[in-house]
Amino acid sequence: MDLNFTQEYEDFRAEVRGFLDKHKDNAPSRSDRSVRSKKRLAWQALLLENGYAARTHPKEYGGYGAAPDALKARIIAEEFARAGAPGGISGQGINMLVPTLLELGTDEQKDKYIQPTLSGEMVWCQGYSEPGAGSDLASLRTAAVVDGDDFVINGQKIWTSTAQFADMMFCLVRTEADAPKHQGISYILIDMKTPGIEVRPLMTMTGFAEFNEVFFTDVRVPVTSIVGNRGEGWMVANATLTHERGMLGDPDAALGRLRAIAEIMQSEHIDGKPLMGDAVYRDRLVKLQAEAQAMKLNGMRLTTLASEKKSSGMAGLLVKLQGCELNHQMAELAIDVMGEYGILYEDSPFARDKGMWQTHYMFDLGLIIGGGSAQIQKNIISERGLDMPREPKPAPGTFKAN
Amino acid sequence: MYFGLSEDQLMLQDSVGRYLEGASELEEVRKFVDGDGALAETLHTGLEELGVPFVLLPEAQGGLGMGVLEASLISEALGRHVSPSAFTAAYGMAVIGLREAGDEDWLSQIAAGSARMGVGLTEAIGARDNAGLSLSGDTVSGRASFVMGADGATHFLLTTSDGQGGDQMIVVERGAKGVSETELTTIDRTRTVLTLDLDNAPVAVVAGNNHAEAQRKMIDAGRVLLAADTLGAAAMMLEKAVDYSKTRDQFNRPIASFQAVKHMCAEMAAKLEPCRSMVWYAAYAQDNVPEEASLMACLAKSHVSEVGKFVARTSTEVHGGMGFTDLLGLHYWFKRIGANRQLLGGPEKLRAEAAELQGWG
Repeated sequence: MDLNFTQEYEDFRAEVRGFLDKHKDNAPSRSDRSVRSKKRLAWQALLLENGYAARTHPKEYGGYGAAPDALKARIIAEEFARAGAPGGISGQGINMLVPTLLELGTDEQKDKYIQPTLSGEMVWCQGYSEPGAGSDLASLRTAAVVDGDDFVINGQKIWTSTAQFADMMFCLVRTEADAPKHQGISYILIDMKTPGIEVRPLMTMTGFAEFNEVFFTDVRVPVTSIVGNRGEGWMVANATLTHERGMLGDPDAALGRLRAIAEIMQSEHIDGKPLMGDAVYRDRLVKLQAEAQAMKLNGMRLTTLASEKKSSGMAGLLVKLQGCELNHQMAELAIDVMGEYGILYEDSPFARDKGMWQTHYMFDLGLIIGGGSAQIQKNIISERGLDMPREPKPAPGTFKAN
Repeated sequence: MYFGLSEDQLMLQDSVGRYLEGASELEEVRKFVDGDGALAETLHTGLEELGVPFVLLPEAQGGLGMGVLEASLISEALGRHVSPSAFTAAYGMAVIGLREAGDEDWLSQIAAGSARMGVGLTEAIGARDNAGLSLSGDTVSGRASFVMGADGATHFLLTTSDGQGGDQMIVVERGAKGVSETELTTIDRTRTVLTLDLDNAPVAVVAGNNHAEAQRKMIDAGRVLLAADTLGAAAMMLEKAVDYSKTRDQFNRPIASFQAVKHMCAEMAAKLEPCRSMVWYAAYAQDNVPEEASLMACLAKSHVSEVGKFVARTSTEVHGGMGFTDLLGLHYWFKRIGANRQLLGGPEKLRAEAAELQGWG
């Protein structure tokens, strides 16, 4: 156990701080979610140039070309958070598509897509889930049939965030109608301006349309749009699903959220006394603090395992399940301590933080369900982490609910 | 930055674990619980050969001069094998308190094996009615209610805490005039707990004058070691549940293939694994991050106790009716976890202390 950084890393930290001191006034606000604003693209360009975004991606595709170093990645994240500056763009294009293309894309695909994706000019959405294919993603039915030099696509995707802004979609489609379900899927790249694509916003319980539905009617894309071979899409996609599970759940953010609740409990009064004086609420706060602390320390262990290039094992498998649940419980506490003020939303008079905690409370429930639901996470933990057997599957058509 | 165990720490963990796996088998633990006290001494001798009692003793007294992190690895192994042992009190808390107070005389006696100390600090944490000690000249009277580490103890390290900060640490000799002990029947028979009633018992006051601080450190470290003990016991209960579920068939398949059972095991694992990092850090903080030592001890013990309770209950349920019987003996782990939860402060008490330490409330 050694929580000090060596001189090399202290120097690196000083370098990051120096950069932020000099440039952070040019950064867009951390809450600025707008895609492709000039300020955001300029910030991304500056980060790419200095190796604070796409740090380990190859130089030839617009990355910085540094060797992977989990400690430096952590220092960058820590220093950007400390300065209140947003990090590089982290959409599904950069986090999921680019690693896939680097591993399995053709040279032409790499040349065409990686650089503009890293720069933020090309925005991607992910077309995986369908109304009938959620946890059982491999049962997806959106079909792509070869006609001359094209695939002709018909079907529907759902839960497609950023589809309304996206230039491109990486998408799973069924190309081999007669093959077993996992072997009939292909991974293809679709230009969102192609005729026959309709994007409909999907309003959620938060009152915002965080997602979309995407409908395909005779959408034609060239057969060269495929990544990997026909029928190998499930394997191609699984490489990126691993990236998504690693992406969610940030333990340092959880402690930050906890401090924000502590501040509410100190500044909000009831009958003239701060809410922090209430032993029951305080007990809930400290209980969540202990959990957040445990997750933060688990995260430090993961950083060390990554820097030693060792498997993260159980410590990694649990992050999505535990992290999302913890965030949800923190939002629940914030609402409960605010009492009747806790139900005020959006621009209501007297609303605290624009009802942000209600947004968290609802959106975090969405995160518990999305990206591999809590129940799917528990299957993964028990099968991969504890070596327990898969549940036997009945033959198709033999099992009916009533 | 390296967050994990060193090669030496892994070796210590491995050697103690391997020794206890052979020496502290459940059948042996059962004999101890049934009144044959030999196992505690056998284990003491065996662990002594591995250097276990000397881990926290300063090198000046012939000890190994290691830290609470190393001690926590030993506690974890003891919990894993529900081993009868006075380690947490006698070679964890007592040594830390005497080290902090600078009492080289007692430390030397502990190193030489001529003194082994049970520890009674319940009243420094929170005194119930009719408990507490008061000094009068060179004798002491009153009651110390829950004295830990009584197995093999020659002396007791106690406090005259009055809740007003006028704490003094004192040592009384076991069996001396005016020292009467009542062995308590707890749910956890793997470790002996006593109540001491003192009536003008002769006393040796510990050296030094920073007793309040020394006690603080003993309590913090004791809490971390109990958390480590629970971590070890809970990890074993999880493993036993997973193993059992793979061998138990119902409806023509192992129950390990039912999602209801898999999810119970996944929940145990997902809650328990971060506890490991938390115990490591809380233990490390005792020697290396003094400003966080008390807070981390409170957070770690409260959290690990909650997770331990969940694992104890859930593992028992996964074992079905067999988990409830004495045949499997799973209840020894269940009870060890239950006892650790209350000793040196239950979760609510610890969270209240954690809030106070942060100026909350």
